[in-house]
Amino acid sequence: MTSLPQPMPGAKKLGLVIDLDTCVGCHACAVNCKEWNTGGHYAPLPDYDPYGKQPDGVWFNRIHAYETRCETSSRTVNFPRSCLHCEQPQCVTVCPTGASYKRAEDGIVLVNTDICIGCKLCSWACPYGAREFDEDQGVMKKCTLCIDRIYNQALPESEREPACVATCPARARHFGDLGDPNSHVSKLVAERGGVGLMPELGYAPVNRYLPPRKATIPARPLENATAGNGNALLRLLDKVLSR
Amino acid sequence: MTPASSVLLLTTLTGFGYGLLAWAGLLAAIGLLPPAPLFLPVAVVVALAFANAGLMASTLHLGHPERAWRAFTQWRSSWLSREGVASLTTFPPALLFAALWWALGPYAIATRAFGLITACLGLLTVGCTAMIYASLKPIRQWHNPHTLPDYLIFAVFSGATLLAAVWALWFGAAAALAVVAMISALIAASAKYAYWRFIDTQKPLVTLASATGLTAFGTARPLDRPHFTENYILREMGYQVARKHAMKLRRIAIALAFFVPALLALLAAFGVAPAITAPVASLIALAGLLVERWLFFAEATHVATIYYGR
Repeated sequence: MTSLPQPMPGAKKLGLVIDLDTCVGCHACAVNCKEWNTGGHYAPLPDYDPYGKQPDGVWFNRIHAYETRCETSSRTVNFPRSCLHCEQPQCVTVCPTGASYKRAEDGIVLVNTDICIGCKLCSWACPYGAREFDEDQGVMKKCTLCIDRIYNQALPESEREPACVATCPARARHFGDLGDPNSHVSKLVAERGGVGLMPELGYAPVNRYLPPRKATIPARPLENATAGNGNALLRLLDKVLSR
Repeated sequence: MTPASSVLLLTTLTGFGYGLLAWAGLLAAIGLLPPAPLFLPVAVVVALAFANAGLMASTLHLGHPERAWRAFTQWRSSWLSREGVASLTTFPPALLFAALWWALGPYAIATRAFGLITACLGLLTVGCTAMIYASLKPIRQWHNPHTLPDYLIFAVFSGATLLAAVWALWFGAAAALAVVAMISALIAASAKYAYWRFIDTQKPLVTLASATGLTAFGTARPLDRPHFTENYILREMGYQVARKHAMKLRRIAIALAFFVPALLALLAAFGVAPAITAPVASLIALAGLLVERWLFFAEATHVATIYYGR
C-alpha cells in the first residue's frame, strides 16, 4: 500500500543520527553496510565489472567529502549519505504497485522486491539519491535500516543495531527512536542542534546530521607587516625588503 | 534525467492517440464530423493503435514487465498508477463510441454521449501522464505549472494533425481542420517557448550547503567523491549531453514539431496535395515531438546530483 500510514503521536521513528564532527571519512560504514546487506534482506547487492575498469554496483551508503568556506574559516566535512526514512517519503507515494512502503510501526521505508516492477520512479522521487536500482534482478533496492539486524533475535542484544552504526570506529553514527524525545538520539540532536537535509523540499527526513563543532580555540591573528605598531626590527626589515 | 526511449515513445505516441480520440469524440459530440459510417471507427482504431503502441513501449524499460499489471493497484496515491488505470479505462468507451457511430449513426444521442466520454477520458489520461512528471518535487524543470498544460496542449496539437491526416486521406482537403491544426501548432510552440524561458530563469532548488545541512558554515563545494566511476544515480540523473547542445536542439525541436507541420497544414488547407501534406505534417510533428520530449528529459536536472557537484 503506497499511501502513507496515518501519523500517530508518539509513534516510533527509527533512524540514524550522524555526527559530522567526528566522522573521519573512512568508509567503514559503507563497507560494512555492503557486507551485511549483500547477505541480508535484499541479498545480493550486485557488483558490475567489480575487477574491471568501470567498477559499479549497488550500495546503500555513499561517503562524500566537502569543503565549507566562509569569511573566517574553511573546513573539510566528511558526509555519509543514505536513506533518511522520511516522514513524507514521495518515493513511497509515487510507487504504482505498492512495492514501496513505509512501516507504520517504526517508520522504516522498504521495498517489497517480490512485486517491484522496476519502473525506477521511486528513485526519481527521492531528492537524496538514496535508492539504487539492481540491474541484475530488475528491482529497486535501498537501505533497510538493517531491519534484519535490529529485530534479529539470533543476535546478542548489543549487536541489534544497523551494520553502519556497529562498525563506525569514530562512533559518529547513532541509531535510535527519533519519535521519542527522551531517547539518547533525540537528546543528542537537541544538545548538538542536529539538522535534517533539504528541509525546503518538505520530505521531513527522520535521520539527523550533527553539524561540526565550531572551533573553540581562536588562532592568533597574523602580524600586519605594514601596520605602524609592532616590532621595530620587523618594520625596518619590511621597509628594506619592500624596496 | 537520462531520456529512456521507451518513455519518449510512451509520452508522444499516447499524446497522438488520446489527442485524436479527444478531437474525434468532441467533434462527434457537437456533430461536426462527416457522417461516413466507417470514418469514425477507423479514426478510433488509429487513435487506439497509437495509444497502445505507446503503452506497450512503456513496459520495455521495466525491470519486470510481466508484473506490469500490478501498476493498476495504487491509483489512490500514484500518478503512474492513475495513468495506467485511465489509459485502459478509455478503451471500452472508445470502442463503444465507434460501434455506436456505425450501428446507430453519428447523430444518435448515445453516439454523441460516448464521444464526449471518450474525449474526456483521453484528455484525463494525458493529464495523468503529465502529473507523473509535474508531481516530482526533486526535478524543478518538471515540478512547475507548465508541465500539465503543456502535455495537454501537445496532445491536442498532435491529435489535430493526426485527425487532419486521416480526414485528408479519406475526404481530401479540410480547410477548417487544417487551420485548427495550424493554430494549435502555434499555441503549442508558444507554450514551449514560455516553458524554456521559465526553466532558464529558474533558480536551483537547493544549495549544496542546505543539502548537507552545513548552511551555518558558509558555502560548500565537493572535495572527494564517494566512488571514482559512475553509479546508478549519476547514470540515471546526471545526463549532460543534451545540455551541451540544448540551444541547437531546441531550434530543431520547435521547427520540426510545430513550424514545419503548421506550414504543411497551411498547404493542405489551400488544397495542395492534402493526401500527402497532411499525413507528412503528422509524421514530422511526431519526429519533432520526440526531439522535444528528449529535451524535456535531458534538460531536467535532479536535485540529488548536487551531492556530486553536478
